[in-house]
Amino acid sequence: MEATPLAFADRASAALDDPVLQTALAGIRTGWVAGRQRAAERLPEFEALRDLGRDIKDHTLACLDLYLEAFEANVTACGGTVHWARDAAEARVLVLELCRAAGARTVTKSKSMISEEIGLNPFLEAHGIVPVETDLGEYILQIAGQPPSHIVGPAIHMTKDAVADLFARHHGGERRETAADLVAEARRILRERYLAADVGITGANFLVAETGSVVTVTNEGNAELTQGLPRTHIVIASLEKLVPTMADAFTLLRLLARSATGQEFSAYTTVLTGPKRPGDRDGPEAFHVVLLDNGRTQMLGSELRAMLRCIRCGACMNHCPVYLAAGGHAYGWVYPGPMGSVLTPQLVGIERAWPLPNASTFCGRCEEVCPVRIPLPGLMRFWREEQFRRRLVPPTARHGLKLWGFLARRPVLYRLVTGIAARLLAKLARGGRLAKLPLAEGWTATRDLPAPQGRTFMSQWRARGGHR
Amino acid sequence: MPDHPRVALFVTCLVDLFRPAVGFAAVDLLEAAGCTVEVPAAQTCCGQPAFNSGDRATSEALARRLIEAFAGYDYVVAPSGSCAGMLRRHLPELFDGEPELRRRAEDLASRSYELVSFLVNVMGMERVAVRLDAVATYHDGCSGLRELGIKREPRRLLATVEGLKLVEMADGEVCCGFGGTFCVKYPAISTRMVSDKAAAIAATGAELVLAGDMGCLLNIAGRLKRTGSSVKARHVAEVLAGAVTTPAIGEA
Repeated sequence: MEATPLAFADRASAALDDPVLQTALAGIRTGWVAGRQRAAERLPEFEALRDLGRDIKDHTLACLDLYLEAFEANVTACGGTVHWARDAAEARVLVLELCRAAGARTVTKSKSMISEEIGLNPFLEAHGIVPVETDLGEYILQIAGQPPSHIVGPAIHMTKDAVADLFARHHGGERRETAADLVAEARRILRERYLAADVGITGANFLVAETGSVVTVTNEGNAELTQGLPRTHIVIASLEKLVPTMADAFTLLRLLARSATGQEFSAYTTVLTGPKRPGDRDGPEAFHVVLLDNGRTQMLGSELRAMLRCIRCGACMNHCPVYLAAGGHAYGWVYPGPMGSVLTPQLVGIERAWPLPNASTFCGRCEEVCPVRIPLPGLMRFWREEQFRRRLVPPTARHGLKLWGFLARRPVLYRLVTGIAARLLAKLARGGRLAKLPLAEGWTATRDLPAPQGRTFMSQWRARGGHR
Repeated sequence: MPDHPRVALFVTCLVDLFRPAVGFAAVDLLEAAGCTVEVPAAQTCCGQPAFNSGDRATSEALARRLIEAFAGYDYVVAPSGSCAGMLRRHLPELFDGEPELRRRAEDLASRSYELVSFLVNVMGMERVAVRLDAVATYHDGCSGLRELGIKREPRRLLATVEGLKLVEMADGEVCCGFGGTFCVKYPAISTRMVSDKAAAIAATGAELVLAGDMGCLLNIAGRLKRTGSSVKARHVAEVLAGAVTTPAIGEA
């Protein structure tokens, strides 16, 4: 999908005026935010587990080359194949070639953000292969022609009524009202697709180096049907999904669902190791893992390394007041919220994404809830420094900042200017506040500006000879 | 700790410009706690606006000035969790490549405190001897809350104000939408956030909202006044020092 984060402010304003979207977003606070809180309180070792999760990821990243090689060796030993993709274009072509080799006409897919990142669906369609999303949220979005707005609940921005309308339009037949009926309708349609598919494509939550296994979690069981029924299974995953051992994967799984939705564990957790062996009753005949770099090794050697700890739980966006106001589509690409504000500039370029790391008050809630303790505000600040260094800051803001910095470095001049400003603003005030102020419409359009009391503290203090 | 520690008051730019009364209240409280208070004339701003705007050079230059201005004091105390957070948490990271400055920044960081947490945790203040007949709610500024872990300290002292009843608001740990330059970069989102905050404050039935940061207070008071609310806003230091005869923030 085309990256359009530069339109963040306009899209956010439109989102704020969309009552249906606001209702949908409000559900995150009462649902997942409250759920995470309860789950964390019920697990006495939750905070210690977060430290452990961070340490596992840091260790893996420090020795990533070794674990990647071990993973490849173990996948190969089980009869599977690992394919290395430097960027999105290479990954798309690899997947297409694997689909063609399998003679595929239709492929089923379980939820994969990497698939979104590399734009896989439009590419497959353009080459005559029909992709079918099987995660309910992704399925809804595919027929609606929309991108996901959340990394865990991709259709979180839609209400049940909107889905009912969409299904009636798309599937024909009578409009179903209840969630259960809508799910049943999607399930009936998807069952046929599972059986007809030639290839199944899944993402991965974890890749286990010691066994060559792929771990997926879902609440719908759709990954299992996607990877188990077709003859060929293709996993697409980025490098940082690696963990050393199965025990490490399960430590992180204890954090994942609790942080994401407040569940202790997702409804389905599947460990898949290699293709069907002689005597196995089910499983794919061919098993491929496409490992995507797409900027990860560059991040590994940069200040953004901690971002590679991310296990894609979505807690940062669920707790972000900016995300909860603007919704995911405002961010203009695949990854929204605080984690997206760090990742997107890396993946599409800061010159095309600079509004995102600025879309934060640095309130720190994202860092407070991140299961692997990624310092998200600090990483957004890194991008603001890049933006400033590359002169991507709008000129008025840049000059304003420079002028203020010039004054703040010269205390005597600073006192003079602030003294004049304080008295001037106090004089202009009516009833202790200013309803309008040139160059400050961003504030005064919706808020009064409380007026200064009059003389600055420093001038009063000096006048009193440095005493109370 | 000396009996009468020598404390530098870091006034902070918003208190200096908008609400000197908070600075005087801070001096009163610090002196009541047994401190000798000085106000170094070379101070201006903690540099956070530059730091959070990506202007590393300016924030470094200001940090060097702060290190000089506050050298030699036992403590540096600011009536702001945000500015104190800048000193305590971020100043040292500005000098990663310069060991001597880094050491001096860490030394300053270790001596720097937010006002109310300093009074309670360092000076051992347990109560204040003032009266205010009012129902109030307290807004936790994000930096104080999450960077410095300040939550119980203001509530503890406010509980000793005679006649004051403190009630908690819903979603009390959610940001008010100020965020420094955020409020003018993304005014629509900021307005939504401060409107939610104002609604949560109104829902408590309190007649007074208190906080430890002028940034949050200007934002919250500005929205309350614009929407015609009768809720008044004050810095927590004003109430603790018994300095409540001046008009509340945004009033005359």
